[in-house]
Amino acid sequence: MTDNSQDWPLYEIFIRARSGLDHKHVGSLHATDARMAIEHARDLYTRRQEGVSIWAVRSSDIVASDPADADTLFEPARDKVYRHPTFYDIPDEVKTL
Amino acid sequence: MPHCAYVLRIADTSLILAQRLGEWVGHAPAIEEDLGLANVSLDLLGQARMLLSYAGELEGRGRSEDDLAYLREESEFLNATLVEQPNGDFGQTVVRQFLVDAWQLELYEQLLESKDPRLAEIAAKAVKETRYHLRYSAGWLVRLGDGTDESHARVQDALTRLWPLTGELFSTDEVDREIAQAGIGPAAEALLPGWSARVAAVFAEARLAAPVMSPFSWHGKQGRHSEHLGFVLAEMQSLHRAHPGATW
Repeated sequence: MTDNSQDWPLYEIFIRARSGLDHKHVGSLHATDARMAIEHARDLYTRRQEGVSIWAVRSSDIVASDPADADTLFEPARDKVYRHPTFYDIPDEVKTL
Repeated sequence: MPHCAYVLRIADTSLILAQRLGEWVGHAPAIEEDLGLANVSLDLLGQARMLLSYAGELEGRGRSEDDLAYLREESEFLNATLVEQPNGDFGQTVVRQFLVDAWQLELYEQLLESKDPRLAEIAAKAVKETRYHLRYSAGWLVRLGDGTDESHARVQDALTRLWPLTGELFSTDEVDREIAQAGIGPAAEALLPGWSARVAAVFAEARLAAPVMSPFSWHGKQGRHSEHLGFVLAEMQSLHRAHPGATW
């Protein structure tokens, strides 16, 4: 197999498994254009009835946090347990919350 | 038995095209296309299986789908000559696929109205698959035709080569006439206007010129094939003939 796909831009693929659920990231693939990205996603990621909707996003369009910033970004939340909604008494009458 | 022959023609056309597309597995230009072509191939194989089983019932000699696929000789296959043509490069495969997809879509859409409930049922399933096949092949045809000078030249060349084989798809013979009279399926020529409109629209977008239809016609659907079918069958049937009844 020749490797033409290296020249093709990378797309991240999100699939909605069924109505009402969120689109979930399932993987990535190469495609020359948006239409091909959807078709490839359909063939690669929904051939076993995994989904009812596809989103494709150019990987280069995604803005990501830097793993090196993890200390700064995520560490400070560690000792702030009071942010979890676990300090309330839930009345018995409330069945679903 | 025109009914059985008619169903076999549709079945064999799907079966041989599925076999041809299967040859791409592991060789496509990208792994994504490998899967794309294999998916189309498996759809076609699924259609062929339903149709072959039905043809076996119509024939009434107790032959199964496997008997019909693996134990018939070249002259007993009734597929259109177009689908047995070699894959060539990816562009040629796309052109062949596009021409057949557009024809199958026209056929299955008209078979939805068939007086034969089995055929109408098979067409209802196949028509959805075929709409996707056409979307896939038309997308590639536009991409290649309206792409680089080289990709354009390659698909135009493939189109010139394969075009004369499309005449057969629309030439009505005795079988087609009887089938049309009985309301079982459309006469072959009845598919031409819809097909022509569909392909012309995509050719325009792909900057491709449709060649002139040649008066010479092939007769694969009557069992007279090009030199290529024998090789396709040799590969497709070899395992079953060497190990009759082998299962996976």
